[in-house]
Amino acid sequence: MNIQPISGGFSDAPRQSATAFRSVLEVMSRPGKTAVLSGAKPPAPLSIAAGTAILTLADSNTPVHLAGVFDCDALRQWITFHTGAPLVPADEADLAIGHWHDLEPLDRFRIGSPEYPDRSSTLIVELHDWPQENARLTGPGIKTKTLAFVPGNRPTDFPLGLDLIMTMGERISALPRSTEVEFL
Amino acid sequence: MTAMDAYNFAYLDEDTKRMIRRALLKAVAIPGYQVPFASREMPMPYGWGTGGVQVTAACLTPDDRLKVIDQGADDTTNAVSIRRFFQRTAGVEVTEETEDATIIQTRHRIPEAPLQERQIMVFQVPIPEPLRFLEPRETETRRMHALADYGLMQVKLYEDIARHGRIATAYAYPVRVEGRYVMDPSPIPKFDNPKLDDSPALMLFGAGREQRIYALPPYTRVESLDFDDHPFVASKADHACDICGATESYLDEVITDDQGGRIFVCSDTAFCRSRQEDRQ
Repeated sequence: MNIQPISGGFSDAPRQSATAFRSVLEVMSRPGKTAVLSGAKPPAPLSIAAGTAILTLADSNTPVHLAGVFDCDALRQWITFHTGAPLVPADEADLAIGHWHDLEPLDRFRIGSPEYPDRSSTLIVELHDWPQENARLTGPGIKTKTLAFVPGNRPTDFPLGLDLIMTMGERISALPRSTEVEFL
Repeated sequence: MTAMDAYNFAYLDEDTKRMIRRALLKAVAIPGYQVPFASREMPMPYGWGTGGVQVTAACLTPDDRLKVIDQGADDTTNAVSIRRFFQRTAGVEVTEETEDATIIQTRHRIPEAPLQERQIMVFQVPIPEPLRFLEPRETETRRMHALADYGLMQVKLYEDIARHGRIATAYAYPVRVEGRYVMDPSPIPKFDNPKLDDSPALMLFGAGREQRIYALPPYTRVESLDFDDHPFVASKADHACDICGATESYLDEVITDDQGGRIFVCSDTAFCRSRQEDRQ
């Protein structure tokens, strides 16, 4: 029997997901900052940070879209077993996982409506390596300005927009829609 | 079996915490916007901080040190019962010292001691919608927020001036967040409003009965609404604390007898106590 789908979850879900959530909350409230996110051991090609974020945030109420190489049997089974999240096309997703070029074009994803800007997708962008800073960030959560890596242009029409979570290995950072990005 | 083992960590089930956590992330990404969430029944009545308790439960980790205050005081019923609730259901450490706390749940005050980057403030909110008493229909207030149509709020403040000669709103004084959403800062005295602006700490707001969560990320621009010729003034009782002598802290007026006797004391009990200890 193939036991891979049922291994790699949290061993102590209440405490591990609490600690994991605080890391996600920390990076979402302080754009440009990176944090350690670990606990899950998902099958390749998903990183530990992205797998932990999914176990922390996804459940049967959270449609998930898998883009590019992440749309594979091993991951489909793992996410279904551990979270029960329905796997859906991009335009129905609350959460999406992929490399930047596989997530594009980003206008497939929901950015919310003026009455309900929260009804938007959060993209988990897996990075191959953590590249050099290429942008200057300003906005809520940033004292004056900060330098960070931004994978590319995202549709923003605040308060509408996409929130990004960047992951690699056990590292995570985030780029909420409220952040102003100026590429260097 | 101890109470710790009888409940899931921090009382709420994992599905509920995930739902609240997703709402919190949206709230942080859209500062000042009220995110709807499926508020649960809590083992305390509405009005006792069920929204704040759910936000705290979703944020707590085993390493946290929790402080709970009610109108600035650590030792009133509401503060004591919520603090004990999390001691029993999450096993976290608690403190009365603002500087030592990592999460501070509060009803209607922001501590006097400056907040720090590693801290999270959790506010208990009764009515999250700042426009609710001006426009009772949710569909209308939602559209007003969508269009950033806040003229009605300026009219309300203007009527204050026309009637009283000044803006008479003393608490739950409306603020504008990053020039976009108008937000109710919860019923904190307007004395505390300047502490919302450019705060190093993350601030989270939970309204249990009204099922809304909203947030101010750190270093967010928060302006109290006013007029050029009637600028916002953060006021307090013109007095010094009768116990510790502080002139810069927010004061409660305490009636001491039926002969008109009264004293003014710091509403922040931890602040007042540390000043008394310093003097000894």
